[in-house]
This record gives sequence, C-alpha cells and structure tokens, in this order.
Amino acid sequence: MKYTDGKDIFVFIEQRDNSIQPVSIELIGEAKRIAKTRNTPLQVTAVLIGDDTDDLAKEVLDYGANKVVVVDQSHLKNYDTLNYTNVLEQIIKTYHPEIFLFGGTVIGRDLAPRLSARVFTGLTADATHLAFDEDDLDSNLLYVTRPAFGGNLLATILCSDHKPQMSTIRPGVFDKPEKTDNPQGKVIAFNEHFSNDNRVEIIEKVERKVDMVAIENANIIVSAGRGVKHCLPLIKSLASIMGGEVGSSRALIDEGLIDKPHQVGQTGKNVKPSIYIACGISGAIQHTAGMEKSNRIIAINTDEQAPIFNVSDLGIIADAKAVLTHLESRLTK
Amino acid sequence: MNIIVLVKQVPDTTEMNIDKETGTLIRKGVPTIVNPDDLAGVEAALNLKESHGGKVTVLSMGPPQTASMLKELYARGVDECFLISDRAFAGSDTWATSKILSTAINMLDYDLVIAGRQAIDGDTAQVGPQVAEFLNIPQISYIESIDDYKDNTLFVSKAYETYSVKMKCKLPCLITTLSGLNTPRYMHAKHIFNMDAKEISMLTNEDLKLEKSVIGLKGSPTKVFKTSVKDVQKDTVKLRLSPEEAAQKILDTLQKEDGGQA
Amino acid sequence: MEFVMNEKHRLFDKMLKEFVEKEVKPIAKDVDEEERFPEETVRKMAEYGLMGIPFSEETGGSGGDMVSYMLAVMRLSQACATTGVVLSAHTSLCAWPISEYGTDAQKQKYLKPLLKGEYLGAFGLTEPDAGTDASMQKTIAVDKGDYYEISGSKFFITNAGYADIYVITALTDPEAKTRGISTFILEKDMEGFTIGKKEMKMGIRGSSTCELIMDKVKVPKTNLLGRLNKGFSVAMKTLDGGRIGIAAQAVGIAKGAIDEAYDYVKERKQFGKAIASFQNTQFTLADLETNTEAALLLTVQAALLKDQGKPFAKQAAMAKLHAAQNAMNVTTRALQLFGGYGFTREYDIERMMRDAKITEIYEGTNEAQKMVISGHMRKERG
Repeated sequence: MKYTDGKDIFVFIEQRDNSIQPVSIELIGEAKRIAKTRNTPLQVTAVLIGDDTDDLAKEVLDYGANKVVVVDQSHLKNYDTLNYTNVLEQIIKTYHPEIFLFGGTVIGRDLAPRLSARVFTGLTADATHLAFDEDDLDSNLLYVTRPAFGGNLLATILCSDHKPQMSTIRPGVFDKPEKTDNPQGKVIAFNEHFSNDNRVEIIEKVERKVDMVAIENANIIVSAGRGVKHCLPLIKSLASIMGGEVGSSRALIDEGLIDKPHQVGQTGKNVKPSIYIACGISGAIQHTAGMEKSNRIIAINTDEQAPIFNVSDLGIIADAKAVLTHLESRLTK
Repeated sequence: MNIIVLVKQVPDTTEMNIDKETGTLIRKGVPTIVNPDDLAGVEAALNLKESHGGKVTVLSMGPPQTASMLKELYARGVDECFLISDRAFAGSDTWATSKILSTAINMLDYDLVIAGRQAIDGDTAQVGPQVAEFLNIPQISYIESIDDYKDNTLFVSKAYETYSVKMKCKLPCLITTLSGLNTPRYMHAKHIFNMDAKEISMLTNEDLKLEKSVIGLKGSPTKVFKTSVKDVQKDTVKLRLSPEEAAQKILDTLQKEDGGQA
Repeated sequence: MEFVMNEKHRLFDKMLKEFVEKEVKPIAKDVDEEERFPEETVRKMAEYGLMGIPFSEETGGSGGDMVSYMLAVMRLSQACATTGVVLSAHTSLCAWPISEYGTDAQKQKYLKPLLKGEYLGAFGLTEPDAGTDASMQKTIAVDKGDYYEISGSKFFITNAGYADIYVITALTDPEAKTRGISTFILEKDMEGFTIGKKEMKMGIRGSSTCELIMDKVKVPKTNLLGRLNKGFSVAMKTLDGGRIGIAAQAVGIAKGAIDEAYDYVKERKQFGKAIASFQNTQFTLADLETNTEAALLLTVQAALLKDQGKPFAKQAAMAKLHAAQNAMNVTTRALQLFGGYGFTREYDIERMMRDAKITEIYEGTNEAQKMVISGHMRKERG
C-alpha cells in the first residue's frame, strides 16, 4: 500500500495454545529500542489475534507495548493463514502502520509473505538487525539487515515507497525485555467481524517422534566434518564425555552418516555454545554461518589453509583423529 | 491432477567461499544445482502423478542458462518445462517474482502448485505464500509429508519447529515442500537419451504483459541498499602441534571456559 | 573426452556420478569384503534404464550409444569394478549378440526383458581346456530332430548363478572345429542346466564367477542364435565389443585409484608438509593422469567407431590392452603413494589394485589382444 500517514511500529504477537512465543516479546523490546531513536518517538503497537486473549494482552503490555490491538474471535483460536491474513489486512487498512514486524517462525514466515502480497508492500525475511537513519532523526525509513548466502554476506534492505515496511525477525537475535512494573499501554478491541475461511483444515497436532537433539542449547559441541568421517564413534564418545552434543557439517548429513538434527550451518542450526570444537571441517560458509557466534571455537584440521581457521580462536593443524584420541584418553584418565 | 512445480536454479552455497583479499563471495566455479527444497517438490509431484495420474509442469524464472537445469528435470521425468526469462524481470524481489510467476501460472491449467519452502541462496521462504495469494488459492507451507489424496482433497503434514500438524485442503491449493520430504529420484537414462523430443517453452514479458511498475527492480517494493561481507577474521592462534600437545592445549581451553569442570 | 560429448552424454554422466556416489560407492567395500553380488544395485540400475543403454527404445533399450555405455561402465568401475563388470558382461556379451544375431522372436522373448533389466545376462565361451585358444571347445550340441541336446561345461562365467539368460557356444559339427561351433540361448531353469563351483577370486570379488554345467540340456531349435556352425564368428564379434566394456572398466579403476590417491596426498603429512607438495608425488600423479587419459581416448575411439558402424575390432583390442596395463600400473603406483597405509584394507586402494589385475586377463588376456592387434596389422600391411 501507499500512504504517508504511517505511524507506529506494529508487532505481531504470535500465540500458540494461548501462549505467547518468546520471539514476539523480543520484538516488543527491539521495537521500543529503535522507536526511541526518532525525534518524534514512534509508538509500539502489538497485534494479538486469538480466542480468550485477555491474559495475553495484559502480558504484552507488561513488556512495554504502548497499545495492543486485540482481535478475539473463536475461529481465530489457532493460527490459520487465510483467516489471520484477512484480519491483518483490515488492521493495516485501519491503522496504517509505518512498520510491521513478525517473528521469523514457521507461522511468521507463512503469514507475513501472504500479507505482504495482499497489501502490496515489501517484506524482508529473517532480519538480524534493525536501524533508522542516524543522520536524519525525522526519517522513519527502516534499514533492515539480513544475512544472505549463509551468513557471511549481509544485505541491508529498504522498503521506501510501500507501507507498511514489513520484516520477519530471526528468533533469539534480540534480548527479551524486562517486564515493567507499571504498564501504561492500553488494550484496543478490534471489533470487526470476520467470517471463517475454512478451506484449510487442521486434522490433528502430532508431537514429533524423531530424536529431538537440542544442539542449540548445548554448552559444548564437538562437530564432525569430512575429515573425521571414519572416526565418528570417537567424536560421539568425546561429546558425551564432555557433556556436550555432536554437531556436523552438511557433508556428513548428506552422506547419511549423521542425522539431520545435528547439522550446524545455513541449512541446519545456528548454535552458539561456549565451546565449539570443529574436527576435520573445512569451514565452507554453509557451515561457519551456523557456528561463528560460538564463544570459543577450536578447529582441528590438517589443511593449514582451511577457511575454518578464519573463524576459530584456536586453530590446530594436525590430524583430528590423533588429537581426539589423545584428548579422549586424557579425559577418561 | 495438473501439478505445477516452481523451481529455482541456485549456486551450491556449500561450495562457496569468501575471497579474503576483496571481501566478496567467490562465485566463479561454484556449481549450480536445483534448489533442494524445490527438487523435493518435483519428486512429490512425480509421485502424485504416478499414483493419481495427471501431468507435471515445471516453471522456473531465471537467465537463459537455467535451461540446463530444466533439461535435468526432464531427465527426472517431468512432462513440460517453462522458462520465464526476460531482462525486464531482472532485479525482481520476492514480491515482483511472485507476481511474475503467478501470472504465468494463470496461463496454465493447474490443480496443485508446489514450491520449495525456500531457496538456499536467499532463504526468504516468501515466494510460495506470495504466489498463493496472487492466485487467490489457499497455501500450506513447510510440508514434511504428503499423506493422501482423495475426493480432490490433499492430506499433508506441516512441520512446525517441534511438532507437526496434519492438515487437509481441497484443490486448488499451493504447498511448499521441505527437502526432507522425500529422496529425489535420479535422472532416467531413457529420458536423457530422448531429450531431443523435449522442448523448453520460453516465456517473456511479451507473453505475460505485466506493467513495468510491478516487475524488475522498479516494480520491487524492497531494494537492496548495500551488501557487506561480515568480517569474520579472528585473531586465530594457529599452531602445528603433535597430538599430545594439541590435546593439552584443548584441555587448557576447556578449563578456562568451563571453570575447571572438564 | 569432452570433445565427443554432446549434451546428452553430459547429462548422462551427471546422472551416473550421482547414482554412483549414492548407490555404488557406499557399498563397494562391503561388496568386496563379503564377496557379495550387488543385487540391490543391479535392481536400481534396471530401474533407471542402465541395463539396456546402447540399444534402441524399440527393442526395449534406453536409446543411448556406445559412448554412453562406455561412460556407464567407467563411472561404475571408478567406485566398484564388480558392479562395472556385471553391466559389461550383461550388455556386451549377452544382450548385444541377441540384438545382432537374434530372430524377432528371440528379441521379443529374451532381449526385451534383458534390456529392461528384468533378466540379467551372461555369456559362456571359456572351457577348462579352451581359454585363449577358444577353438578347443568340448561342449557339444547334438541335433535331436526338434531340439538340441547340449552337454559340457563352461568355466569362469561372469554373472553365473544370478543371470537368467546365458549365451553359450557349443560344437554342432565337432570335426569342423571353429567352423563347427554354434551359439545358443539358454535359460537358467532349463532341465540339466546347473551352476557349478563358485570361484574364490583375488579381485572383483562381488562378481559371481562360476562354472556352468550342462547335462543333456534340451534346447529348442528356436534358441539357436545366428546361423548353424557360425557361432565362432558370433563369439569373436561379441568379444570385440566386450573389450570396449572391459577397457572402460579398466579406465574406471584407474580413475578411481587416482581419485583416492589425490585425496590422500593432500591430507597425509611427512617431513612437516603434505606429501602432495613433493615433486615426486606430483610427477607420479601427472604420469598416471596422462596415461589414464590416453587409455580413455583409445576406449572412446573404439566406442565411437562402433557407434559409427565402422570397423573397430583392432581399436577395441588396443584400448583394452592399454587400459588394462594402465589400470595395473596406476593402481600399483597409486598404492605406493599411500605407503604402508595403502597395504592395509582400511583404504580402498588395495581393492582397486586387486580388481585391476583381472582386466589384463578376462575377455582376452593382454597377449590375446596383441594377437588380435598383430593379426590386423598383417591384414593391413599384407
């Protein structure tokens, strides 16, 4: 859409089973941070869609939103692409948001693009950094930075002619704000009636059976690449001795040697453990994109020129198998 | 069932590296591949065709070289390929790309549109939902399994972060597929040797007749303001050590970080 | 070989590489160690049209040419020489003579399912006393009016036991020696036809090599392949083509060995440097690469001549002779680059060296090839 009276930073509050997703709270905090940098500070408006949402609205305000627009109807209890798009379309047409932020979750990444197509505006995916123009404190043009090509290339994207400026934000990038003791924001009930578009029907929710490996939460990750594909039991044993998890480059996943939930990198998981030990991993962007934020990175590789050394704190040029064998015997002694 | 699959040719990002001197991505010599999520879409379409009959049409947008990828898809068994290629489309963001793709799709018969969840070069996951919106059909993204098809209704499982949701939708609809959905078949020798009989239909803006205001750089709501290469160069201590020394060095580091737990 | 590759060859090569990487390479070591016939791979090859590459679609084939077929045997052998020879024996030695000399009925009944991979094929010429001197055949086919009764045995038969269809030679006029040999198509279930002892081999250990025992096997007259008493020529022509397959196998083995060595020398450090940085290593690899390319070009030449319908027997013999010798040389020298590790079974290189040896022996030894080549030289020069 095109309008010149855009106001407020809107944040989509994602609830699942009436519980607010952490990323939505992170977005409130970040929206408030950037809103303050303008000569005329912007307001932060949360948008909450669901059924029986009173407690959630209060929670949103506790985190400092200036307003929360609530659309509370029974058929909106669970996320549905078409119904939620219809609601947000009306909200945009009613309130003319300057900016609209979504969490980069499965829901955010399903909803935001559909909505952006509906209202003819630009959408930047999976942003990791938001900023306004530092030299022009009256400008509300948002500079949205996102990683591309697996993380080493950063692209800053603008949406200057269309409103709202939309973006999905990668979860976990921004800090969760503190609750305020004295929430000032108010609840605005959006009372328009929406009919139920039930072309897509939910049959049932199924908990996933696969081994849920939470390498994202691991404190130590021992990660395997092509160079150690012949000694994976050693890697697994070391990870377990250290109380850590096994990570992997894509190569070993593709070869079926390690299961997908262990994959670190662009098409796998982003991890930031306190210690990341990269064994026999050459360090293609694909991989480093997912682990370069680790607190300390130790890389073991025979190839002195391996790019993994560029992102590591300690680089050991040696045969990983031999090193790890020694390490294992030292740790089990 | 007439199935249209949207496919993108992408650089194999696992093979990409940074030129440390110039601080740019080295694209030269990087092989191009069929985007993995899209290839799963092609396989899903072929499987649906095999069990329920119909036709699989592939639609791709890109430079003329994309034809080589489409031949590969013919060799995997798809029935028809269209390549949307026009200088006027260059610089399109996901919105404009989706506009172009949906306009082309509307020129064809379809019951089901399949797009890969996201492309490994852009990772936006936007084109599928945006195309669905422009076509005014329902979408189900992040499909991890196709469970059934009966009475013109598709039964699928959608992958959420930690759980799945079984859903159904009457056709027409659009689904976006995850690469883990299936194992793509290989090219078939017969299809390869029969390639002369296959033609790639080209579509330009003369066919699509889209206004300049909705295509290309000009028609794209988002613009790339700048790109920068993240400085990931660290003060690496690089040491050539014997296994014994290396193990000791790692233990020292572990102790420092872990407060002596290790 | 880029200069002879058209778009289809390139696509096919890409397909082969993908197939080999995912289906063949991961099990190559097991196939060797367990002496296991790669049945599941052969089934997959059939599924993807690899069992009938150089035959027209009308006959049930995939519509490719000899260059494509050569590529297939080479790529398979690059990872697993066993799988390579299964395809070569099936295609060159069984399917080809039926396609060339078979009646329409024979093609319908045998060739079509062979090319689709529903049947696996084998070929039986060699006997205990008839190796390089194939004229010393003892297997005999007696005309019993409305059928032939075949008795005797064949030795070292590739795919035996797993094959459904066997093209074999037998004497129909014992006095006339080579002019009294005929070719027959046998089915595995024919009464009196049994598989004898399985050979324990040094290399290509997953390929099934057995004796065929024929005890008064009743073979319908309609199963005579080609004309009566012209079987020796059928067999020799078949072997001419087969040599292209074995040359391709040998080139594949050599390429595989170079791949392995190249990866190894980059990783292996001695005197503080990767051994790849030593000139001896580089020069060795340069030699091996060059000689392997020469072997490949000879093989491509033979395949291309056959595709063009021109005489190729001499070129096929030369290709096989050179490619086989090269495979032996390359695997031996590549193994040397591995040092002691190369001698262990942890690495694939020792398997490749064991596999290479057979290419100097079967479908005509090096010496037999030299006989063929010098025979052609005599004919050319008078």
